[in-house]
Amino acid sequence: MNAAAPAAALEAEGLCKSFRAVRALDHVDLTLRYGEVTALLGDNGAGKSTFVKCVAGVYAPDAGVLRVDGVATSITTPDAARALGIETVHQTLAVIDTLDVAENLFLNREHTRGGPIGAWLGVLDKKRMRSETEHILERLGIRIPSLRHSMGALSGGQRQAVAIGRATAWGRQIVMLDEPAAALGVEQAARVLELILNLREGGAAVLLITHNMDRVSEVCDRAVVLRQGRKTAEVAVGDVTKDDLVGYITGAKSQQAHS
Amino acid sequence: MIKRALQRRQFAAPRQYVVYAAAVLIFGLFAVVLRDDGFVTASNLLNIGRQAAPIAVMAVGMAFALGAAEIDLSIGSVAALSSLVVADAVGSLGFAAGVAITLAIGMGIGAVNGFIAVKVRIPSFLVTLGTLGIVSGVARNLNNLQSLPIRNDTYLNVFGAGSLGPISSLLIWTVIVGVVGHLVLHQLRWGRHVLAVGADRSAAGALGIKTDRVRIAALIASATAASLAGMLLAGRLAIGRHDLGENLLLTVIAAVVIGGTNLFGGRASVAGAIAGSIVMAMLNNGLILMGLRVADQLIARGAIIILAVALSMREQKET
Repeated sequence: MNAAAPAAALEAEGLCKSFRAVRALDHVDLTLRYGEVTALLGDNGAGKSTFVKCVAGVYAPDAGVLRVDGVATSITTPDAARALGIETVHQTLAVIDTLDVAENLFLNREHTRGGPIGAWLGVLDKKRMRSETEHILERLGIRIPSLRHSMGALSGGQRQAVAIGRATAWGRQIVMLDEPAAALGVEQAARVLELILNLREGGAAVLLITHNMDRVSEVCDRAVVLRQGRKTAEVAVGDVTKDDLVGYITGAKSQQAHS
Repeated sequence: MIKRALQRRQFAAPRQYVVYAAAVLIFGLFAVVLRDDGFVTASNLLNIGRQAAPIAVMAVGMAFALGAAEIDLSIGSVAALSSLVVADAVGSLGFAAGVAITLAIGMGIGAVNGFIAVKVRIPSFLVTLGTLGIVSGVARNLNNLQSLPIRNDTYLNVFGAGSLGPISSLLIWTVIVGVVGHLVLHQLRWGRHVLAVGADRSAAGALGIKTDRVRIAALIASATAASLAGMLLAGRLAIGRHDLGENLLLTVIAAVVIGGTNLFGGRASVAGAIAGSIVMAMLNNGLILMGLRVADQLIARGAIIILAVALSMREQKET
């Protein structure tokens, strides 16, 4: 890494979210920087997915500030997050099994034809979306036998590839991936890591949730550890061992986070 | 994996054609069995078409509701209420205003259904079961169980016995609703969002689709279609009555599901719904021509519907 820290893309400050009596997020501070991959680690129920959903506009945080490029914003809907350039691959992938690949890739981002009237009615430009889908998949090196297949007919790896392709295809600068390589074969997982590294090279700020410590050391620059909704550690991946990270996650080790 | 996907695709392909095969099969069967009872006469076929029209119009609306993983059980009562309202309103306010008011009432009932289902988070089958009762009650109160004659010629021409050239206006309405429904479902963004919400509401929501609006609109579509169907029933018989179309609910659901629409959302077919309506109309007609008593018709129709839906749902589970 360069001596000068890259610019902050996304800053979360004092983010809180409770579900009834459970504090899923307790004053979490987290910064994503351009050209960096940040790992978000923690045990099940530590608040990782909740954090992602708060930034992605799925949940509304109870308290705290989100800044995108230094500007405080409130992200109240998934649309708002997308408009700010924040793309998310959710743990569930959020793909629609009954729609085909192109339909999934462009879902809620459909091209329309027929001028302003067509846009108002929402007349789909299927041809354009299909051809752009081909380009996107080719550029990302994702191989799908046929774009006309419904998502439900694809393998787990292909589904995941499409979901990641959807998040990364738009030249967006902030990408969050919730367990993107879980349940993938070795080759497919390697492919996903390659996509992540491509994103970093392109200058994007990436947040990666994973349970796999090998992956953390392979692609991540920094790691933030959550435990019971609180940030318990923030380290440069190069400075610690895998055992250290596991220690932070289980609570055997602790570090007073100072940011 | 890819091979398996391809194989699945091949198996899946005929599914949407089952309803057309069934239509041909049933037609052939009745043509042979009922050849002496006049099944294949021009007047009887026209009769089947005229009976299928209100079923088909409701079925297209129901395809949107089911596609969005909602269901609208109030359609029969909405059709009945609409037949009465239109009979009254066309008489007192004239053709255009009467039709507009009736459709507006249908839309309103759909909006109430949708709003309660979405905002109060009550499953739509319960909400619409409630409105089914309320709307039936209102229809019964409206004219004290009496039927209301319609004497407006324009209305009877457009929604009933009239025709454009040789084509009955009821069939024209079916074609219009079918073409519009098909285009909306497959060519418009909203149709795609209906299927996305029906297949996986939380995934659709995570992508920013306004799932509440989509679900409310789907229930408005089904109630509005039911209202139009009620107007067609009224036009066909030249009366409005508190029970016109009230018993069509099961027939409509069967028509839609046989036509390839998934009962649990995510997949819908407008063309299939119309073909399914023709199948149901042929069955009704054939059972009557066979000379079954009304009670036996009910029993036979119920059994056939369960069988047909069971068969088409088994097909759907394969994919």
